[in-house]
Amino acid sequence: MTATEPRIVPNFGDEDETDRKLVIICSKGNLDMAYPGLVLANAALGEGIAVDLFFTFWGFDMITKDRQTKLKFSPVGNTAMHLPTGGRMPQWLSPFPGMTWVATKMMRKQIDDLGIPPVDEFLDQIVASGGRLWACRMSADMQGLTMDDLRDDVEDIITAADFMDISEGAQTLFI
Amino acid sequence: MTTTTLKGREVHVDDEGFLTEYDEWDEELGAELASQIGIEMTDAHWGLIRFLRADFAETGQTATTRRVATVGGVPVKEQFQLFPKKPGKKMSYIAGLPKPAGCV
Repeated sequence: MTATEPRIVPNFGDEDETDRKLVIICSKGNLDMAYPGLVLANAALGEGIAVDLFFTFWGFDMITKDRQTKLKFSPVGNTAMHLPTGGRMPQWLSPFPGMTWVATKMMRKQIDDLGIPPVDEFLDQIVASGGRLWACRMSADMQGLTMDDLRDDVEDIITAADFMDISEGAQTLFI
Repeated sequence: MTTTTLKGREVHVDDEGFLTEYDEWDEELGAELASQIGIEMTDAHWGLIRFLRADFAETGQTATTRRVATVGGVPVKEQFQLFPKKPGKKMSYIAGLPKPAGCV
């Protein structure tokens, strides 16, 4: 049954003066835990939502120039780790030498096969889409890192109090 | 199935107004769709829309902004300038294609 309707124009929400804003706190430096924040940030920007990413603790590796391409994935302590042949990976096996290397290599390939960029390129895309990157002061001090060590597009190293200003009125995700 | 009339032609659309039949689209309709959402088409806009159409014909899927950048060669930043705020959805709407299904 086909019905003829008056013209329907999708509402892209351009007229709504939305101030919807998302802040994502990235606190993990494992390869698998870097992606949730990146994917959500990218999706939000594509929907016209303002996004700020705040990197703290281990999440610093995502924006540190000489570390961001070297994130690793370890199966240790991950009971949801499955083998390509089927079945669960035995926990006694996961800390064996070379397992992190293998697991990281496999995960990188899976990510690449889906056309999803590596962490550094993903951040390039997020910044190009209007996302802003911020680094945590305490983490920088703990790790002895300065702006020179971080990606050039990191806005600044800021304090927890500054973060309160940035996140005012925003939906906040801690990852 | 729902149809509507655009430029004096009957076309199939979904609930949001996106065209659902690849072959019902042509550039004249594309221009009409663009004007409906307030976008004035330039050569840069058309280049991108033509890429989306060709890519869909090849892959059966609407390219995401990521794919438009890596395969289509139009940087994400430029996509946001051409189709403000929601480039992925706006481009596919004008191109008469479904919204991109991929996450990235």
